[in-house]
Amino acid sequence: KTLGERECPCRQTSKSLPSVERLVLMGIALQVCHAACNGELYSRPFIESFEETPMLLAVLTYMSYGILTIFGYLRDFMREWKIEKCHTAREREEQKDFVPLYQDFENFYTRNIYMRIRDSWNRPICSVPGATFDLVECSSNDYNWTFEYTGRVVKDVINLGSYNYLGFAENTGACATAAGEVTVKFGVGVASTRQEMGNLDRHEELEKLAASFLGVESAMVFGMGFATNSMNIPALVGKGCLILSDELNHASLVLGARLSSSTIRVFKHNNMQSLEKLLRDAIVHGQPRTHRPWKKILILMEGIYSMEGSIIRLPEVIALKKKYKAYLYLDEAHSIGALGLNGRGVVEYFGLDPKDVDVMMGTFTKSFSAAGGYVGGRKDLIDYLRTHSHSAIYATTMSLPVVEQILTSMKCIMGKDGTTIGLSRIQRLAENTVYFRRRLQEMGFIIYGNNDSPVVPMMLYMPAKLGAFGREMLKRNIGVVGVGFPATPIIESRARFCISAAHTKEMLDRALDVISEVGDLLHLKYSRHKVLPSLDRPFDETTYEENEE
Amino acid sequence: MLKTVVLHNVLMETVIRRRRSDSVKMAAGQQWVLVEMVQAFYEAPAYHLILEGILILWIIRLLFSKTYKLQERSDLTEKEKEELIEEWQPEPLVPLVPKDHPSLNYDVVTGPPSHRIIVNGKECINFASFNFLGLLDSERVKLKALSSLKKYGVGTCGPRGFYGTFDVHLELEERLAKFMRTEEAIIYSYGFATIASAIPAYSKRGDIVFVDEAACFSIQKGLQASRSFVKYFKHNDMEDLERLLKEQEIEDQKNPRKARVIRRFIVVEGLYINAADICPLPELVKLKYKYKVRIFLEESMSFGVLGEYGRGVTEHFGVNIDDIDLISANMENALASIGGFCCGRSFVIDHQRLSGQGYCFSASLPPMLASAAIEALNIMEEDPGIFRVLQDKCKHMHKALQGTPGLKTVGEPLTPALHLLLENSTGSRTNDLKLLRAIVDYSLDRQIALTLARYLDKEERFLPPPSIRVVVTVEQTQEEMEKAAQCIREAAVKILK
Repeated sequence: KTLGERECPCRQTSKSLPSVERLVLMGIALQVCHAACNGELYSRPFIESFEETPMLLAVLTYMSYGILTIFGYLRDFMREWKIEKCHTAREREEQKDFVPLYQDFENFYTRNIYMRIRDSWNRPICSVPGATFDLVECSSNDYNWTFEYTGRVVKDVINLGSYNYLGFAENTGACATAAGEVTVKFGVGVASTRQEMGNLDRHEELEKLAASFLGVESAMVFGMGFATNSMNIPALVGKGCLILSDELNHASLVLGARLSSSTIRVFKHNNMQSLEKLLRDAIVHGQPRTHRPWKKILILMEGIYSMEGSIIRLPEVIALKKKYKAYLYLDEAHSIGALGLNGRGVVEYFGLDPKDVDVMMGTFTKSFSAAGGYVGGRKDLIDYLRTHSHSAIYATTMSLPVVEQILTSMKCIMGKDGTTIGLSRIQRLAENTVYFRRRLQEMGFIIYGNNDSPVVPMMLYMPAKLGAFGREMLKRNIGVVGVGFPATPIIESRARFCISAAHTKEMLDRALDVISEVGDLLHLKYSRHKVLPSLDRPFDETTYEENEE
Repeated sequence: MLKTVVLHNVLMETVIRRRRSDSVKMAAGQQWVLVEMVQAFYEAPAYHLILEGILILWIIRLLFSKTYKLQERSDLTEKEKEELIEEWQPEPLVPLVPKDHPSLNYDVVTGPPSHRIIVNGKECINFASFNFLGLLDSERVKLKALSSLKKYGVGTCGPRGFYGTFDVHLELEERLAKFMRTEEAIIYSYGFATIASAIPAYSKRGDIVFVDEAACFSIQKGLQASRSFVKYFKHNDMEDLERLLKEQEIEDQKNPRKARVIRRFIVVEGLYINAADICPLPELVKLKYKYKVRIFLEESMSFGVLGEYGRGVTEHFGVNIDDIDLISANMENALASIGGFCCGRSFVIDHQRLSGQGYCFSASLPPMLASAAIEALNIMEEDPGIFRVLQDKCKHMHKALQGTPGLKTVGEPLTPALHLLLENSTGSRTNDLKLLRAIVDYSLDRQIALTLARYLDKEERFLPPPSIRVVVTVEQTQEEMEKAAQCIREAAVKILK
């Protein structure tokens, strides 16, 4: 029996019905049933919501894209005939007869839509990215084609954009002091790779500490979080292996999967039925064409999805992976430090055993306010990576001040510095998250994701509102991040708040007041308070397959 | 398939006939229908009857034959599926690494990885780190990094788009562009990811990339990510490259419409890390215009090394930098910081700000590392004599290593990272590596830190032969280089006999 169908009362009742009706009913029933049946796997309530996009809004959003596209064509036409000045960089005269470097239509979106709201991104800052930061003021006289720095600084902007979950982005305090000492003593570079002359005892010390923090046998650290995924997945799987990847996985996981030259199949976001179906089919049917059994199956998932604010259904994933003997690669980029009573990430959050996750991956960029990534797991896994990881052989080792920042902040989280600063920050973050999410929901905004996720996406839908929201917030000294197509589905543009332990209640209250004010101004309070459980997101069996030669 | 078509025809035929007879004699009762049928039978032409007869025989055959191939692949029952699932045993996630694997136990460095380095507890002179200009030990760089740390902290907590852009990033990009005399530069937070992200930003599925066989691993990964057609030409062999380009030209003439949308690139390294020699850039530029191919140049080893002002291989050959479409280099060797950059014309570089995966989706470079790179650039600009010193030292080292018994020096006199190869291979890579490692160990005991050049044997497209890497930096004195050469000679005599 599949996991989703264990002793479902509705399944028995539906058996007596004629087949067609049964199928329809089962489709509905399974979704509800699924949650009920696997409830026992969870040690705590798992509340996640994705309120449906109101129909009117969806229509209006499509219309706004339509209008933008029409105007885009019009403007392109005018640029073509030199009626309007074209600001884009041009190809050199000598190379005009070369094949174009990139297709013009590829840039249609960039030129005609993104350009209008470009000022909402890449805003340079000139201070610590802590609870507040200073922005370099820039203005544009040509509708965002170029920016000028006015020379002024916008001071003390409340930072709701950086992934500074535990507030370790600091230029004073234990971490900065320790990192400063190391800078003076060791310098910043290493100028060699791990396997050649770039393996310092500091790196090994960090690996030991990371392993004990994660509760795994062994760990290895790498210089860049993105590359930790893209350079290690190819070392684990190859031809004849199957990768099951969540549809919303980060680009680095997707790239790593592609570089591994294994077959990739994609399942619906956090949808266990979709995952189970793929697992069953894969094992039953084997590889396409040859029908040989797969060598191994690797499930790629993230702890917290940074665009949705959702948390992986880890208890169910582990049950599935055990049942089907697949391996689980868990990317904790956003969840390490940010979830769990002691900041041990999503495994601790669900009260599970780290040994059940085969590959524990994460980054040091977010909660530790440093750079780089790690992989933790059994000793044989790490030994294998030490000898076969692309990163260990070809990439320069992690910078030593960065190592020191991680060491100090990790010790602080673990309480090894003899204080309870780390613990109180974790607690603070959890409280801030719950408070902020609750208040936003009460105000009537549509908020996506899990109640405990410090990433809080707030739906804006329309591309124009994406730009307007960012600007209006900044006018009121609050820095937020907007995300739109292509990072999200085309009509689901959103603002994304990242809650930090460094935020005080006053800051959050101020931010909430401003959000409410701007929300009224831009009519963003869309919620009809029909909070639906996440499983009611439509489930269809469309999956696509990528075959790499 | 044929059967179904025939069956379908037959059925259609009967239906049509039935309809015709029905419409005529609907009310007339059964016997009229029969009479009508018999009448039709008499009236029908002979060929029609024969055809009908054959069709009837076909139907009978179809009814009694049982060769439905589709049916044979009957679906598995739930129980069978369960059994299959029960039966399936995956391979272990990773194979077991033998305890004595040559690269399992790393050499451990204690203390700073600078000119004087402590490897496995032994104090040595560093001939292994790519710290060509000695900037890793520069007090100025350290202090600049420290003051940056005191202003910004360590991490950036976000990608460039989401408040991860710091004023120092912009400054560094501007400075790099100015230093290289190009329109624009873009920085990445990891050296390896630079060219590996830049290539797939332009070269897509269906495009063609001509690559030197000795290209480094990050280029290979970039090519793999781009999913383009990759054509390898023999290392530094312009005739071979031209042969491939001509082949492509002939191919293009066959299908000019397709040729108009296929982008072509030549990807080369300025100074090859694996082969330690310089690419023939002027010839490449000629080929570029002759065959309308763009050139991407990887300069990690040559940036800050070649040329009068350290601008790399373009300056070395006096090639106009605008003739090169994209130059990429890491800031981890000569600049002794972390990260990498691409530079070129804005038309080219700006495209990466939305298409370079390693740029868009990764946290940005820690500001203190960017500050360190800026200060390193300052030093390079203030004292261009440093490049001359390095080049002289490289030549000296190259000369000193000539004639080492049993070892072959690979590389041009100007390269700061030479390779020492076995003159006579034992025939097995493992044994070769063991011999070379013995030389490295011998040298380590005598205060000379060397390292083996490491590769992933199974992943490299063209696996370079095993070698010892010898790196020259400006900090090494004449005596130290003599000592190193002497030490390697002794070791070679002793170990290779």
